[in-house]
Amino acid sequence: MTLTRRTRLLIGLGASVALAFIYVPLIVVLVNSFNVSKVFSWPPRGWTLTWWNKALVNEGVRTAVMTSVKAGLGATAIAMVLGSMFSVAVVRYRWFGRDSLSLLVLLPIALPGIVTGIALNSSFRTVLGPLGISFGLFTVVLGHATFCIVVVFNNVAARLRRTGQSLQEASMDLGATTWQTFRFVTFPAVRSALIAGALLSFALSFDEIVVTSFTAGPGIQTLPQWIFNNLFRPNQAPIVNAVAGALVVLFIIPVYLAQRLSDGSSGGRI
Amino acid sequence: MRHTKLVSLTAIAASALLVVSACSSSKSAGPAASGSRAAPPKLAAATAVGKGEGALNIIVWAGYAEDGTNDKTVDWVHPFEQQTSCKVNAKVGNTSDEMVTLMKTGQYDGVSASGDATLRLIYGGDVAPVNTSLVANYATVSPFLKDQPWNSVNGQMYGIPHGWGANVLMWNPKVVTTPPTSWSAVFDANSPYKGKITAYDSPIYIADAALYLEKTKPELKITNPYALDTKQFDAATALLKTMRANWSRPWAAYTDEVQDFESGATTIGTAWQINANLINGDKKVTVDSTVPAEGATGWSDTWMISSKAAHPNCMYEWMNWITSPETNAAVAQWFGEAPAQTKACTIAAAGFCDQFHALDAAYAAKISYWTTPTTQCLDGRGNICVDYSKWTQAWTAIKG
Amino acid sequence: MTASAAPPATTAGTPTPHRVSAFLYRHDRLRLFGLLTPPVLWLLVLYIGSLGVMLVSSLWSTNDFTGALVKKASLANYHTLFSQSVYRTVALRTVGIAIAVTVIDLSLALPLAFFISKVVRRQRWKYALLIMVTMPLWASYLVKGYAWRIMFDRGGVIDWMLRPFGASGPGLGLTATIVALAYLWLPYMVLPVYAGLERVPESLLEASADLGASSARTLRSVVLPLLIPSVVAGSIFTFSLTLGDYIMVKIVGGTTQMFANIVYDNVGVAGNLPFAAAAAVFPIVVVLGYLVAVRRTGALENI
Repeated sequence: MTLTRRTRLLIGLGASVALAFIYVPLIVVLVNSFNVSKVFSWPPRGWTLTWWNKALVNEGVRTAVMTSVKAGLGATAIAMVLGSMFSVAVVRYRWFGRDSLSLLVLLPIALPGIVTGIALNSSFRTVLGPLGISFGLFTVVLGHATFCIVVVFNNVAARLRRTGQSLQEASMDLGATTWQTFRFVTFPAVRSALIAGALLSFALSFDEIVVTSFTAGPGIQTLPQWIFNNLFRPNQAPIVNAVAGALVVLFIIPVYLAQRLSDGSSGGRI
Repeated sequence: MRHTKLVSLTAIAASALLVVSACSSSKSAGPAASGSRAAPPKLAAATAVGKGEGALNIIVWAGYAEDGTNDKTVDWVHPFEQQTSCKVNAKVGNTSDEMVTLMKTGQYDGVSASGDATLRLIYGGDVAPVNTSLVANYATVSPFLKDQPWNSVNGQMYGIPHGWGANVLMWNPKVVTTPPTSWSAVFDANSPYKGKITAYDSPIYIADAALYLEKTKPELKITNPYALDTKQFDAATALLKTMRANWSRPWAAYTDEVQDFESGATTIGTAWQINANLINGDKKVTVDSTVPAEGATGWSDTWMISSKAAHPNCMYEWMNWITSPETNAAVAQWFGEAPAQTKACTIAAAGFCDQFHALDAAYAAKISYWTTPTTQCLDGRGNICVDYSKWTQAWTAIKG
Repeated sequence: MTASAAPPATTAGTPTPHRVSAFLYRHDRLRLFGLLTPPVLWLLVLYIGSLGVMLVSSLWSTNDFTGALVKKASLANYHTLFSQSVYRTVALRTVGIAIAVTVIDLSLALPLAFFISKVVRRQRWKYALLIMVTMPLWASYLVKGYAWRIMFDRGGVIDWMLRPFGASGPGLGLTATIVALAYLWLPYMVLPVYAGLERVPESLLEASADLGASSARTLRSVVLPLLIPSVVAGSIFTFSLTLGDYIMVKIVGGTTQMFANIVYDNVGVAGNLPFAAAAAVFPIVVVLGYLVAVRRTGALENI
């Protein structure tokens, strides 16, 4: 499309404002993590690497990161299985209630986190309590998996819609079993969408705080919970800054991968 | 599609109609009797303290379970862990309400409960009676803290006293140049510190307004700031509603108040002594504090053990540890409160116990300790008082 | 040992996997059943079931003194919510904030998405820009909130920037809340709009130019209407995420209360689950209603 130079400039200006809006606060946090002053002061009076050193050796951070990783992996695994099963059912078949259930699977992520949190908390309390299962990593994974399902579902469904049915049928015509068809035809086609969905699901679980605070037990602390508990404590706040900066930098790779693999089929939050 | 839309619209309309009709026909509130004071559930106290279970989950006020992360020299958690092998997991509760809610989950072994949580926990069956003979340091706890209305029922103690203190008035002397001597600095509508006043973000703060009115509007005849009939309650909430416009930000987490004073957003308001100590320790801003002429609300904290405690032995060990002379002195000095342990006064810095009137029973009696308001008036006037659920609703309305 | 295309006349000699596959191929519904059962069970039993229990408990109450649940059904909670004006005020304020956030995000997302999609030509730059947009999603929500607190606080970055002009920032409060929330949800608006723009075929734009429309006219009459589903898709999240947020407003909002704070203060602090559940019905109804309403615009395909 041919755009006049003026339009191009205007749009470019708008885009720059938006990008600046996105990055200025993050840069502030990163700069602040090198701030000598423990108590927040702006502009920084001096620079230091001590907070980064302390973040690396801090036991609380390490435990929290491990807990978050474990929860994320567990939730993503469940979401991958359930999400892809559901997406195949929705895309390849017609059945009564298909549209309503597709709406339903959206709810855990569309409804406010506090609603999901309270609902899961009270039902875990009434159902799991008598069974002797107490709140802990298991309940956290259950909660996270519930809203991660839709992330995987969306990515896989979009890809399935694009690949079409004929390849599978051709494969079966040529004598492959269901498993062989899945392994050699279907799976390679959706693999990248599955990975994109898994990456997004892991990211969602890793940063989740609201549902987690309602489903975690006293001994469990995910990284967002650790950040929440330490963000405003003067001695710990600079370490939190360093941890946050590290997270942003470390996750460039998964973000890039997710973007490449989903090739635009993932629209946004899901 | 159109069909579905019609159905859902009808459903919404029908339920709305239902709600409206129910509202007009129902009498006000069907829930159970408020402030029912039948006997607390029968629970047994422990008979012996066995071997530690290796872990301990407790709910604490800020500053009660220091493990060195705030100040490397302030740590009584690690020595406890070394001595008893009970690994401590302390959750800081910001308000009594939060602590009651957390205790009700049954996932914690104990709590440092203030007077406005203790009876709720006792009557709710969330805490078990304490066998005080199992806690060696209990014998030398200040006698005026034992068998009090907030920590015992029918002569049975439900906890081990920790310490007590008043909610102080804290100010930044660089901005507030004349030291205030009265709560009017925060309750007077024409206060010169508009926009920089803070309040404690909990419904129990209404009692502070009531305490102020007790002294400044004697015609309201308030005798106990936690026993307010409708007229007195409305006066207190009205005062707070007008003062709300002068608030910078009410604080629930102690870190909020520390931050606000250090950034200059707040210059005067109610505080705990530990907040003042932390601010002065950060050396960015200095603050002063005092108990004003009208007196103050305060708290008397008791360590209680959960009725569903998974680690009861570790909890008894903790209760004994925290009331030992050395630890109780350390906590009291770190927080800025009067220790419950009388022997702590010989260990604490010279003049500390005098400053906080630790051994002065008469002074202790003058503080209006946090207590849960019930319909049954706490000053004995009968069932005409406003109960705590109304306090909670009023607080939401005050914040707006 | 080859299996024939049509189901074999006799099953003798056919290996089991092939028999199973043939069976499954014939019994369509069985396959469907197998695929549907685990996810549907999870969703219906775990999630919808929990929601149902929560909604039922909204009809109960708690003993004012002990906090124990009283399972006697009544509409008292809803009555309180409807009759006391503070809840109406807070609900309206929250909806207002949600609308403001959506408008801000839209006005920032449109030029950005358009820039990436139509102005930037090289694929490599497109990817780089998209990554730049999505990267903040990976920074912790709390830390982003803290960043805005640093920006808006008295003596913070905004005050520092405005000091040479003799002005000072608005401080923590409603403005800060709106800006911070708009900041948080911006990527969720950019990505669907970008995806929508990518789907607009070049041929349409060229046809429009051929018919004599200026680029502004094309944008207005051709591109924007096509973007409506994407915009609505993005707005679903800016709206629902704002309605449910109670943490950000505590960090940057000063004394401001949003509706989710009422829910949280009653469940997490006051322990009054029934009242919190009743209050939670408001965001549920709004989001559900919004979802049902936008289904027709096709936004749900674009999320």
